[in-house]
Amino acid sequence: MKIKILRYALLLFVLLITVGPFLWELSTSLKSGSEDIYTSTPNLLPQHPTLDNYSRVADAIPVFRYIGNSLIVAALVVGGNIVFSTLAGFAIARLKFRGRGVVLALFLATLVLPGEVTIISQFVTVRDLGLADSLIGVALPMMIAALNVLLLYNAFRALPEDIDQAAIVDGANVWQRLTRVSLPAVRGTIAVVAIFSFIAAWDDFLWPLIVLTSPDKFTLTVGLQYLSGTFAKDQRLVAAGTMIAFLPIALFFALLQRYFFKGVEEGGVKG
Amino acid sequence: MKAHRWFTPWVLVLPALLWLGGFSLWPSINTLRLSFTDAKPLGGGADFVGLRNYTDLLNDSQVWDALLNSVVYMAICLPLLTALPLLIAILVEKPLRGIAFFRTAFYTPVIASAVVVGLIWTWLLDDRGFINNVSQRLHVIQEPLPFLTDRWLVIISAVSLTVWKGLGYYMIVYLAALGNVRQDLHEAAMMDGAGPIRRFWSVTVPAVRSTIFLVSILVCVAALRVFSELYILTGGKGGPGGQDSSLVMLIQQYARGFYGDLGYASALSVLLFVVTLIPMVVLARINSRADR
Repeated sequence: MKIKILRYALLLFVLLITVGPFLWELSTSLKSGSEDIYTSTPNLLPQHPTLDNYSRVADAIPVFRYIGNSLIVAALVVGGNIVFSTLAGFAIARLKFRGRGVVLALFLATLVLPGEVTIISQFVTVRDLGLADSLIGVALPMMIAALNVLLLYNAFRALPEDIDQAAIVDGANVWQRLTRVSLPAVRGTIAVVAIFSFIAAWDDFLWPLIVLTSPDKFTLTVGLQYLSGTFAKDQRLVAAGTMIAFLPIALFFALLQRYFFKGVEEGGVKG
Repeated sequence: MKAHRWFTPWVLVLPALLWLGGFSLWPSINTLRLSFTDAKPLGGGADFVGLRNYTDLLNDSQVWDALLNSVVYMAICLPLLTALPLLIAILVEKPLRGIAFFRTAFYTPVIASAVVVGLIWTWLLDDRGFINNVSQRLHVIQEPLPFLTDRWLVIISAVSLTVWKGLGYYMIVYLAALGNVRQDLHEAAMMDGAGPIRRFWSVTVPAVRSTIFLVSILVCVAALRVFSELYILTGGKGGPGGQDSSLVMLIQQYARGFYGDLGYASALSVLLFVVTLIPMVVLARINSRADR
């Protein structure tokens, strides 16, 4: 019993550290202009809660446009990763072919390389394709990540060999074996890939910052940084902006966290 | 009976291979090639300039500042981010009412964009922000500490941000490893009268040693790649006189605009790559020595 209480106390302490800053930002975003946000006795609960700051964000920057831009990028990245990583992971794990080991080694090798190292020449590639300063240019390099191919490879490999044999005897072709036999068994990993790619696309900052130059093409993170640069003195406004970027992804994750933790336990991350 | 035609696997892996070639392998080679040129962000011809970018690199005080920052960054992050997430993982591992909520909540900083958490911390660390206000109120400090404007305090602030954001991520990595620790070892140790601390050192740590090694590599590489934290905390300026830049921040600065220099940015990228190899090699050696 004493151990249980100690454990809850420690859990609450870590909770305060990890979630506290978000609550403070949320609270700041809801405080009205008349409330002193610099007081030395901080109030977590706003005295007169208001959504005023949120509508002022929309006046200051085209925030809905930025949300739309981020969603376009995220949709391309999530779609690309689900479809193409599944196909590649399935082929490497479940089909025997000459060169399979080399293909697998190539995907593994790129994991060592930090993305920032190649970001300049990626920009050159995207620019030479005529996609500089475009949302497709932002999404394109992220549409198939080697890590996701490997995650699905691991998941497909973990399935027993016989289920394929049985299907082959029944005369099922590769496509049927993939969609009817193997795919339903790796749904957990696909959910993990979808969650990871959505978060990666929605949160990415450095790459869109390099690719995009016109303000109307900015993704939400780039636009937000612009907001803080222009209105740095108005912390309520900046707080509302960060919450607009944060709350959708927090909600998205809260809804899908069951699949995420289950997928992780299934060995998605163990490699 | 043939299970599939010879080209079927290749059709399936083709898109992924194209991406791998076009956005990983070719850019690696191209980065090296560009580093010997004077390529510009806006396009146009690039001329071969030999080793000029590399000699400029050695004489650039910002590069040396960035390397020094990286070493400090790594030195603080490495012990904190290998140890704390393991302790948190142990804390949330065993079933308990509401434990799923705590796990999810601890992961929240990971899913938030670095821009979002950067702005949140900018406000917390402001001269008149929460941390300075409360510390003054509790008489820990007399004057507000310049977390966002002092050459070294900026680095400390960014490190705190990285550690805070990394706790949940490495917690998950450790959780997966803890699931594989044999329960009978714990029970045997308990029978021998070993307390929780003793069991942590003699059962848990040896069992997850390879994960500790993996995490320490990930932490070092992440510390060298730091960008958003420093960029947001310093408003994109890199602190007083740009001294608080990281290598990636310098790469980004040279990647943009009319006065950008992709050749120089590429030389910086090559340097970044070489620098990230160092902790990997050192840690691999330590690990293989410990194996013997």
